[in-house]
Amino acid sequence: MNSEYEVVIGLEVHVQLTTATKIFCGCSTAFGNAPNAQTCPVCLGLPGALPVLNRQVVENAIRTGLATDCRIAPRSIFARKNYFYPDLPKGYQISQFELPICEHGHLDIPLDDGTSKRIGITRIHMEEDAGKLQHGETPATADSSFVDLNRACTPLLEIVSEPDMRSADEAITYLKKLHQMVKALQVCDGNMEQGSFRCDANVSIRPWGQAELGTRAELKNINSFRFIKQAIEYEVERQADVLESGGKVIQETRLFDSTSGTTRSMRGKEEAHDYRYFPDPDLVPLVIDADWIERVRDALPELPEAKRARFVRDYGIPAYDAGVLTQNHEVSSYFDTTVAAGADPKQASNWIMGEVQRRLNDAGSEISAAPVDPAMLAGMLKRIADKTISGKIAKTVFDEMWKSGTDADTIIEAKGLKQVTDSGAIEAIINDVIANNAPQVADYRAGKEQLLGFFVGQVMKASKGKANPAAVNDMLKKKLQE
Amino acid sequence: MSLTDLTLSELHDKLRTKELSSVEVTRAYLERIAAHNAALNIYLTERPVEALRDAEAADRRIAAGEAAPLTGIPLALKDLLVTEGIRTTCGSKLLENFIPPYNGTAVHKLRDSSAVLLGKLNMDEFGMGSSNENSAFGPCRNPWDRERVAGGSSGGSAACIAARLAAASLGTDTGGSIRQPASHCGAVGLKPTYGRVSRYGVVAYASSLDQVGPVTRTVEDSALLLQTIAGYDRADSTSIDCPVPDYRAALRNDLKGVRVGLPKEYFIDGLDPEVQRTVASAIDVLRDLGAEIVHVSLPHTDYAVACYYLIATAEASSNLARYDGVRYGRRVTGEGGLIEMYNRTRGAGFGDEVKRRIMLGTYALSSGYYDAYYLKAQKVRTLIRQDFLDVFAQVDVLATPVAPTPAFRLGEKGADPLQMYLSDIFTIPVNLAGTCGLSLPCGFAAGKLPIGLQLIGKPFGEDALLGVGHAYQQATDWHKQQAEL
Ligand SMILES: [Zn+2]
Repeated sequence: MNSEYEVVIGLEVHVQLTTATKIFCGCSTAFGNAPNAQTCPVCLGLPGALPVLNRQVVENAIRTGLATDCRIAPRSIFARKNYFYPDLPKGYQISQFELPICEHGHLDIPLDDGTSKRIGITRIHMEEDAGKLQHGETPATADSSFVDLNRACTPLLEIVSEPDMRSADEAITYLKKLHQMVKALQVCDGNMEQGSFRCDANVSIRPWGQAELGTRAELKNINSFRFIKQAIEYEVERQADVLESGGKVIQETRLFDSTSGTTRSMRGKEEAHDYRYFPDPDLVPLVIDADWIERVRDALPELPEAKRARFVRDYGIPAYDAGVLTQNHEVSSYFDTTVAAGADPKQASNWIMGEVQRRLNDAGSEISAAPVDPAMLAGMLKRIADKTISGKIAKTVFDEMWKSGTDADTIIEAKGLKQVTDSGAIEAIINDVIANNAPQVADYRAGKEQLLGFFVGQVMKASKGKANPAAVNDMLKKKLQE
Repeated sequence: MSLTDLTLSELHDKLRTKELSSVEVTRAYLERIAAHNAALNIYLTERPVEALRDAEAADRRIAAGEAAPLTGIPLALKDLLVTEGIRTTCGSKLLENFIPPYNGTAVHKLRDSSAVLLGKLNMDEFGMGSSNENSAFGPCRNPWDRERVAGGSSGGSAACIAARLAAASLGTDTGGSIRQPASHCGAVGLKPTYGRVSRYGVVAYASSLDQVGPVTRTVEDSALLLQTIAGYDRADSTSIDCPVPDYRAALRNDLKGVRVGLPKEYFIDGLDPEVQRTVASAIDVLRDLGAEIVHVSLPHTDYAVACYYLIATAEASSNLARYDGVRYGRRVTGEGGLIEMYNRTRGAGFGDEVKRRIMLGTYALSSGYYDAYYLKAQKVRTLIRQDFLDVFAQVDVLATPVAPTPAFRLGEKGADPLQMYLSDIFTIPVNLAGTCGLSLPCGFAAGKLPIGLQLIGKPFGEDALLGVGHAYQQATDWHKQQAEL
């Protein structure tokens, strides 16, 4: 990347809320139904129909605002954003312009050097989504476009950051943190392929030391973290080239093309919008009293940062483990539940970050779909702790649990995997091993103590893994010194 | 006396006692509509077959002893009220064949009480006009003089009362659209307080001003009809949850202790002398009934028309954006792409006045002009509202003319939109203030042209307004005069 310029990035993120119904009518927000099956006079924009605000949408906006330390406006208003497009049934989008619900917040992101950086959140506002256009796919319909209004009127939050990010990596860190947060808050499912979490990036560059911002380009249509990084990096290079060759960056909207990894200008008709915002006379000002805000605050789920601190403090697991486990809301709940079911926290952390995660990665599935649930994992970890099975045997048990969905105790019983802790039985095996390996015994006694591992291995092998390794260790040492 | 001469309350009594059947009354109205509608152009859509079916259902309900106040009463609706399965044109070519899949709240309440629906009434396109000449289906004519306008935009709603083509009707009023035509046609027109009647299913012209209201022969009828349609509605966020009083119980016969204010800004030089004289005698009647007459001032009245034409057109420019030919209504296809389809559809579908107001409103909201026009107008609106609140600290109701002149000739003001806009000068401030206004017949200009008296009430003071209007009608018989067809 060109190092003569400082990169300045601000992000606008559209978060689709997980409310059961739309923002201004009672239609379902479920994804994937037949076109226009989830519509009514309101979301079709029929003459005479009127919007009624969904209270849950406001609640979710307040949640998100509190989690980002925003000021929640005691009075906010909805505005109409006027433009014509076939996927916009009323000819305007109901959004917020002046007096949005949340303002003046921030999100702290971790930097590579271990410090953290505060990214300002300018505002968060509520708005309705538009429908979808589909172009004809058969020869008979090749010239036609079809309008599906199932998505029209679906609730969105637009989260607008300050231009506080200085690299594509910072932008990605911010986005990932925001993504984690809205999922943890249970306001958004975070599904980027379905468009539940979409991002526009405002990118500009300026010579180092210059105070005023350079002219920015708005990059639209980016739906994965990887593409956002690509789009920003491409755009920074492009702007640097423009400046280097004596040109001027013009303020414009650019579309990211994921196949070429480039951005292209949308200049022309689409650009020349005057949205003629004005307060929507069909909706009264939204008044939020302090009690409501406090009720939402009290019900706020634990956010990743707080959870991480709690895992270290209450469970005594390393900060690294806590960081990994809290990256994903489902994973951290899985961990919490496993520990609550009686598992040793460090053991639980090791197994979740190790075996569980590995198998999920292989299967390409999510932890919510894991065949071993927290209770089953905890059940197995308890058998390690009470020495019913060894850590080694546990791998076999876990494997079987994953395949069959059966609990650990049943598997241990059925397969006879119970660890041998009977010292008489172990002693007999040890005696055999010592008798059969006289040269090694002599070497050990002559000072080659690293041979202990060899003996342990032999004993474990002879016991088919069922001997308690600690007991084997102790008794071997004793016997070999005799 | 013919069946179509009975008032709504008389009909209600006779239906309930089974002295009359709804089928008989409905048939009488249908015959009269068949005989006179062609000449007057009051109905845009008639329902001869379905109305009789409604009437039969109403008679069954009455027989079962389950009559509601409007059961079996033949009513008609301004074609701006959305009716399930019944064509709703809004007086526009664009919606000429639009059949809505749902009922608005007010319509639903009427249907729920088993009122008979005779049909849909002529109006200025999307409610924009003061003469009904802006209807895409030709002007509705004034039953008192067919060469004169019925007023607008609810011309059909008022004319059907004067012509006895419905027992009562609903209109909508954004800047005088119920009261001005009621005045021109000798009917009683009530614009309720903003938020009193749900706007759900009322096709929006200017959302912050629109209100549905009854047009009737008597004040008592107005009280009856308002009783059914008034009330809070969850589906309209701007409707207000405030108890609905018993309006009929509020009707009175004298005006002792009532303070009636005369705002000096409403009695101006440009007022037609006959209007001036007629309204003055009406005020004398109020005084004779015991009212105390108080001279008051509404100092920002002069700015009301300008303020209205900024706010109403701004909202209209956005409200009418949905008529784009994509989902319903008329679509004009042809060469070119999407933008061309929009242009052709809206170009052919909207009339001149609608286009004029969309352009005015678009301009007022444009970046760079918003503060100077729309925002300034909102500030003025606040001052106008405050004028009314101040005055209502001194008086109970205001009495004013409804319109500066009686009904004018068809085509007389067509060339000059500004002249036309001034015909709502006394009614517009009431919408801006969001309060209620009642227009009732108070005399005639030479040549038998009705003149109306406007009574303006406090927000949610419809009961007081109807009380004063009823007392006036007990002392006068202007409302009993009939247009000869
Ligand atoms: Zn809907």
